Amino acid sequence: MSNAVEVKNLVKRYKKAERNAVDDVSFSVSEGEFFTLLGPNGAGKTTTISILTTMLTKTAGTVTIGGYDIDKHEKTIRERIGVIFQAPSIDMNLTAEENIRLHASLYGLYTFMPMFSIMSEAYKKQVLMLAELIGIKDALFDPIKTFSGGMKRKLEIVRGLMHRPAVLFLDEPTTGLDPVSRRTLWEYLHDVRRRERTTVFLTTHYLDEAENADHVCVIDEGKVLLYGTPRDMKDRLVQEYLLLDADDRDGLLRDLSAWRTQIVDEHARPLRIRLRNNEQAQEIIRAAGVSFSHLDIEHPTLEEAYVKLIEKSTAETPATV
Amino acid sequence: MNDTSAKNFSEPPGYEAAKEENPRHTPSHDDGLNNESNEADRVSGEFFREVNAVMTIALRDLTKLFRDRPRLVAGLIFPIIFIGVLGGGLNASFGKVLDYDFLTFVFTGVLAQTMFTSTASGVISLVQDRENDFSRELFVAPISRYTIVIGKIAGESLVSLWQAIGVMVFGLIIGVPLTVILVLKLLPILLIISFLGGAFGILVLANLGSQRTANQIFPFLIFPQFFLAGVFNPITALPLYLSLPSKLVPLTYAVDFLRSIYFRGSPAYEEIVLFSPVADFVVIAVVSLIFLVAGTYLFARSERNR
Repeated sequence: MSNAVEVKNLVKRYKKAERNAVDDVSFSVSEGEFFTLLGPNGAGKTTTISILTTMLTKTAGTVTIGGYDIDKHEKTIRERIGVIFQAPSIDMNLTAEENIRLHASLYGLYTFMPMFSIMSEAYKKQVLMLAELIGIKDALFDPIKTFSGGMKRKLEIVRGLMHRPAVLFLDEPTTGLDPVSRRTLWEYLHDVRRRERTTVFLTTHYLDEAENADHVCVIDEGKVLLYGTPRDMKDRLVQEYLLLDADDRDGLLRDLSAWRTQIVDEHARPLRIRLRNNEQAQEIIRAAGVSFSHLDIEHPTLEEAYVKLIEKSTAETPATV
Repeated sequence: MNDTSAKNFSEPPGYEAAKEENPRHTPSHDDGLNNESNEADRVSGEFFREVNAVMTIALRDLTKLFRDRPRLVAGLIFPIIFIGVLGGGLNASFGKVLDYDFLTFVFTGVLAQTMFTSTASGVISLVQDRENDFSRELFVAPISRYTIVIGKIAGESLVSLWQAIGVMVFGLIIGVPLTVILVLKLLPILLIISFLGGAFGILVLANLGSQRTANQIFPFLIFPQFFLAGVFNPITALPLYLSLPSKLVPLTYAVDFLRSIYFRGSPAYEEIVLFSPVADFVVIAVVSLIFLVAGTYLFARSERNR
């Protein structure tokens, strides 16, 4: 079975640019995967997505989508992908239904008719169901201008899924949305993913959205810094801490000293103990004689790991003026 | 799909359950994303699909026009000023020395010019804002770039036609001779002219990259054509240094084509019309085709080759 997305030694240098926006990037996304491309602003994420979605030519390297080479099967690839661009690409002067009708007609799903009432019954049925699904049934025939940011995004995603793409590209889909809109949007996306097995290719600045990705790929200045599961990324970059406290502080410290544990700050409350591995926590707790007044394990977030990675990478590259 | 006994051996446990959840194989969820039931409804055939897309793109422009009331009126202002003020004013002062009605002369010129200019500038809006527009939805669709361009030209031609109707109504009010038969004869001519304008527009856009530069440069490309093509001024007796560029600008043939039909059979024909309608049509067809092919090619390249 071919990979949903296969990128090998991808290079993009914009005209008149002095350095490569994407510089020898390779990664692959298997079918049905939830893949996240991370990186700071200007890292090359949107450039990469633009190339993968046939919107931009590459300078070098190979790209295949669902086994189709992007140089030879542009149109086939376009049929098989759905794209949610960073900036909304819906027509603000049309109604929600008209935007959906345009998409369906452009992709050859239905024969275009100038009015909703004379479109085919199958189309009407599908649109009404979609509207129900994302809760815009009452606003279906209202101009998009009247929609909230979250509604527009949802409409775009629904529209982008109409032709049942094998891969859905989402370029910072939740930027600028309020937390509630962001959450409902993700609930919907996860639901779609579960039902449709759609491969999702995401770029985002909200690291919590990448927590349950199958793989993450971090790029900076056009180069891959890290590729792996979110778990790998955390293991490599951040530590877990055991949080302990006891009324008998001295007794606790004495118990811990036997373990040659790394205590971050002896005066902090509770004590933060850097863990080498998960088993270590068990051993420490079992061996301690004092009774604890506080016991917790601090799990680092992907965001912490990410920030560490980017800071490290920035420190290593000499500053360019 | 499989023989039951064979299935038990060939598929690992749990596969069946996984398949149940996947509507790609078993359309059991009625969630609006299921197209299986509409498979028969799908637009079949490569060519018909492109035609379907052309209609979709064209009708969008018309829908937008009728939703934009200020634009409905704004499109009529320039042609009315040209005909009313320029045509009327010049007719009053110089009309007496001419053997034909100068107002009608300007009217026919402006009518052709309106179709040409309006469609050209409409097509230039194809990349209204690269980052923030519906155009990206068009470019990522699995349709030919020619389909997008032709759809856009068709749409903008319909928009221009609205303006042309307005111009003709105004012409009737100020006394330009127009009959229903004549209008019906002019209709296909107007559409041919707007196709030329649209092809010209895509070539301009392809070479100027962004809409902003295109909007800045466009007047310089269009206004000289007004005078060289004789929209308001007779060009039958031009000195060589003007007659040469006059023959080179596409609008000349558009204006002449319309006048050759309008003044057909009238005594003014000989004084006004430069070429035969057939010659005009051939030039328009060839030039349109070259502009369209070169423009679309360059435009598609400039969009992706950044």
